[in-house]
Amino acid sequence: MKDSAYNIIVKGLITQNPVLVLTLGMCPTLATTTSAINGMSMGLATLFVLFGSNVVVSLLKNIIPDKIRIPAYVVVIATFVSIVEMLIHADFPQLYESLGIFIPLIVVNCIVLGRAEAFASKNSVFRSALDGLAMGLGFTLALTLLGSIRELLGTGKIFGHTIYSEHYGALLFVLAPGAFITLGFLISFLNKLAKSSKV
Amino acid sequence: MKKLKSNFLNMVLVLSVITVIAAYALATVHTRTENKISRSLITKQLNDINAVLPPHDVVDIVPVIIKEGDESVKIYRAYDSSGNIVGAAVESTSNNGYKSRINIMVGFDRNGKIINYNVLNQDETLGLGSLMQNWFRSGKQSIIGKDASKSNLSVSKDGGEIDAITAATISSRAFLFAVRNAYFAFTSHMEKTVKVQQAKADSSKNLIESISKINKYQSKAH
Repeated sequence: MKDSAYNIIVKGLITQNPVLVLTLGMCPTLATTTSAINGMSMGLATLFVLFGSNVVVSLLKNIIPDKIRIPAYVVVIATFVSIVEMLIHADFPQLYESLGIFIPLIVVNCIVLGRAEAFASKNSVFRSALDGLAMGLGFTLALTLLGSIRELLGTGKIFGHTIYSEHYGALLFVLAPGAFITLGFLISFLNKLAKSSKV
Repeated sequence: MKKLKSNFLNMVLVLSVITVIAAYALATVHTRTENKISRSLITKQLNDINAVLPPHDVVDIVPVIIKEGDESVKIYRAYDSSGNIVGAAVESTSNNGYKSRINIMVGFDRNGKIINYNVLNQDETLGLGSLMQNWFRSGKQSIIGKDASKSNLSVSKDGGEIDAITAATISSRAFLFAVRNAYFAFTSHMEKTVKVQQAKADSSKNLIESISKINKYQSKAH
């Protein structure tokens, strides 16, 4: 049975959230969420790529022969990523500097290829676009949340607004171990929620 | 529509068509963003230079470059309205950082006094070495206003007069090494009157266009 539009959205945002449930695309998740703004921009860049590649792949799904579907998808995804990279570099040079190598690395983000292969290649354009949006938003939400928590605990700010003095921040949370710790707690929290809502 | 079969002709045709369309899309976006990207790079470079210089009217837009092994130093000299040198911004690097290359811009007045500095690029440990952007600015360990010809610009552990960043001596050493290097390059090229292109200090539109032309010309020459 096919999911309803509502179900696709709920799946992308919560029940099959790419970061917190599927745990796909961990590299940018852990590396770029040193602050809320970085996490959010990385999420939005991925959202754009995911949406574009889902739409194009579902449009082309009947033209692409099965044996070459992966190279064809990768070309489509890489094109969108390069476009995003050039646009960010032109319009948001500071953001481009802080995200650095992780923009081109969206190409190898498992979520993007995963959704192209598992969803867009089997569904209509409208449903694929919806799935791309929902999954992208889920990714953005998770990264923004992770970035906000790390920024707050590490430097006492959220989106650059000071909540308490940076002097008392636990630097650990801005560094790599903080990413793992925060992500672990977020996942276990979501699991707990999922369990209690089922019972 | 039925799915295309995976025979040789279909596969070659489909992949070729997809790549050609992708190339066309990329070329379109590239031509539209190219100018904006080079402009933002140049504006940033000019801002970096002007931020560390004493008051001036004109500044070199093509730097004097001194290369030695892995390290290279770029000197942008600044002049007053009558053409006298008032100081220089020196971009200098150090490979001795804790993680990767450290890239700084230091400004001197004509007597070798440090006007200001900026860390352009560094990847030192967050919260320790990464504090260098502000650490050497205030208090006892400030290098601003120091006369580089008379001061011993190295960390106090090595007998110098600058206090290193707490728990980040390696980063501090690398930073001060780059500052000293910048000063040596500055003194060795202060007197030479090499004719180079100059630009007004304000980053007007014409200037940015002329620099981007020069940059294009230089990149072709390489």
